[in-house]
Amino acid sequence: MSTVSLPPRTKPAVGREPAGGRLGGRRSPSGRADVAVRALGVLALTGIVATCWLGLFVTPEAVNFGNLVRLLYIHPPMAWVAFLAYGFALATSLLYLWPRTRDPRLDRLAGASAEVGVVFTGLTLVTGSIWGRTTWGVWWTWDPLLTTTALLFVLYVGYLALRRVPGDRETVAKRAAIAAVIAFVDVPIVYFSVSWWRSLHQAPTVDLAGRHLYVHGLMAWTLLLGFASFSLAWAWLMVHRYRLATLRDREADEGLEVAIAERRAEGLP
Amino acid sequence: MWHDAALVCRKDLLIELRSRVGLNQVVPFAAAVLLLFGLALGPDRRSLLPAAAGLFWIAVLLSAVLAIQRSFAVESADAGRDGLRLSGLDPAGIFLGKGAAVAAQLLVLEAVLTVGVAVLYGVPLGGGLVMAATCLLASVGLAAVGVVYGVVSSGLRVRETLLPLLFLPVAAPVLLAATKAWKAALSGTGSQYWTWLSLLAVFAVVYAAIGTVAFGPLLEDS
Repeated sequence: MSTVSLPPRTKPAVGREPAGGRLGGRRSPSGRADVAVRALGVLALTGIVATCWLGLFVTPEAVNFGNLVRLLYIHPPMAWVAFLAYGFALATSLLYLWPRTRDPRLDRLAGASAEVGVVFTGLTLVTGSIWGRTTWGVWWTWDPLLTTTALLFVLYVGYLALRRVPGDRETVAKRAAIAAVIAFVDVPIVYFSVSWWRSLHQAPTVDLAGRHLYVHGLMAWTLLLGFASFSLAWAWLMVHRYRLATLRDREADEGLEVAIAERRAEGLP
Repeated sequence: MWHDAALVCRKDLLIELRSRVGLNQVVPFAAAVLLLFGLALGPDRRSLLPAAAGLFWIAVLLSAVLAIQRSFAVESADAGRDGLRLSGLDPAGIFLGKGAAVAAQLLVLEAVLTVGVAVLYGVPLGGGLVMAATCLLASVGLAAVGVVYGVVSSGLRVRETLLPLLFLPVAAPVLLAATKAWKAALSGTGSQYWTWLSLLAVFAVVYAAIGTVAFGPLLEDS
């Protein structure tokens, strides 16, 4: 007895998604969409390699910073991608919370974007730390930007931990969306409090804003390429994480369906 | 909404008065934290005194996690959450009531801890008004964000570990501002505390607003 003769009444048990299969995307990631994603990946990777090549070998040394300036071609783009990812996660979370636009796809997008954001926040911290060690002689300084970035990292690690909690998917999604809003609102408050903290009690030893670096010509183009290719990398990684999340949800849904069908089949003569 | 808030607040405080979990567990825990800080940094007064304000607020923050967990453990027994939902109370009122109850407990805790730092670390208490205002605003802020995260993590299997991870980083500005306001009050220097008090007020208002709006959808499926 095959599982094909599944009675239709088991259908409602499939899951909470309306029209579950279609929302879950393509049956298998193939076809035109897949080609587009691959092209995106190739473009992003080529861009990053080109940025590294230009930054390491082609561009000149900076007057004030020497070879260290080469770190500048990847560090700000990474930080930018992190903020882009969190902003996107916030937007999708807000849309998810709005009852009219509630859709599991938005929840998965928020999760995928935040995951990529956490990775890039980590990379921002590491590259910033390397920069700090060579210019200021310390791995860490309690600068507003640095402190805010570090707290961002912890905040969104917590957000991802909440997302991974086992439980009813819709419940967890709603709670995660609210956690994303709370975390994002905290960022400006942290930034201002740390800036006041620094400015009121000691003169800032490090002025990140006024670093007197004039970026021009090839250097500017390299930096621009860095921003563009890291943004593409964000999109590419996010698409993959989103697909994985979709497949995971579908596995959970259809796994149950298949299990029920198998049990039913056992009972039939 | 305000009537519902008062009802829920009264209920939570009554439960606390009768069970005395906060008094018997959370307050001694906070005192133990103060003692341990003393062991880590002491016995030299000169190293303890400058850190006293920060240690006080760290102790408050850690105890706040326990108070929030307790606030939702109360609801999880005997399907209390379902009862709350069926009671027809305004979710915003439930949020404000639970927040007010947590804030009140934190205020009592802070009063005890203030005596603690005065005795253990030899902090000369001064600028009482600023200190009291700091305690009030910080407690409201911590309670507001804490109750939202409390319901976010309630009913989940990993809530004990999840709540501190979610709550403590968000509360970082409160720790910073409250510590600085206390330091300004204790040293009696100038009007710096206004900046910090206003920051605490902004924090409290922002998260109370978010909680008031978000509590309904959070409660309906918890």
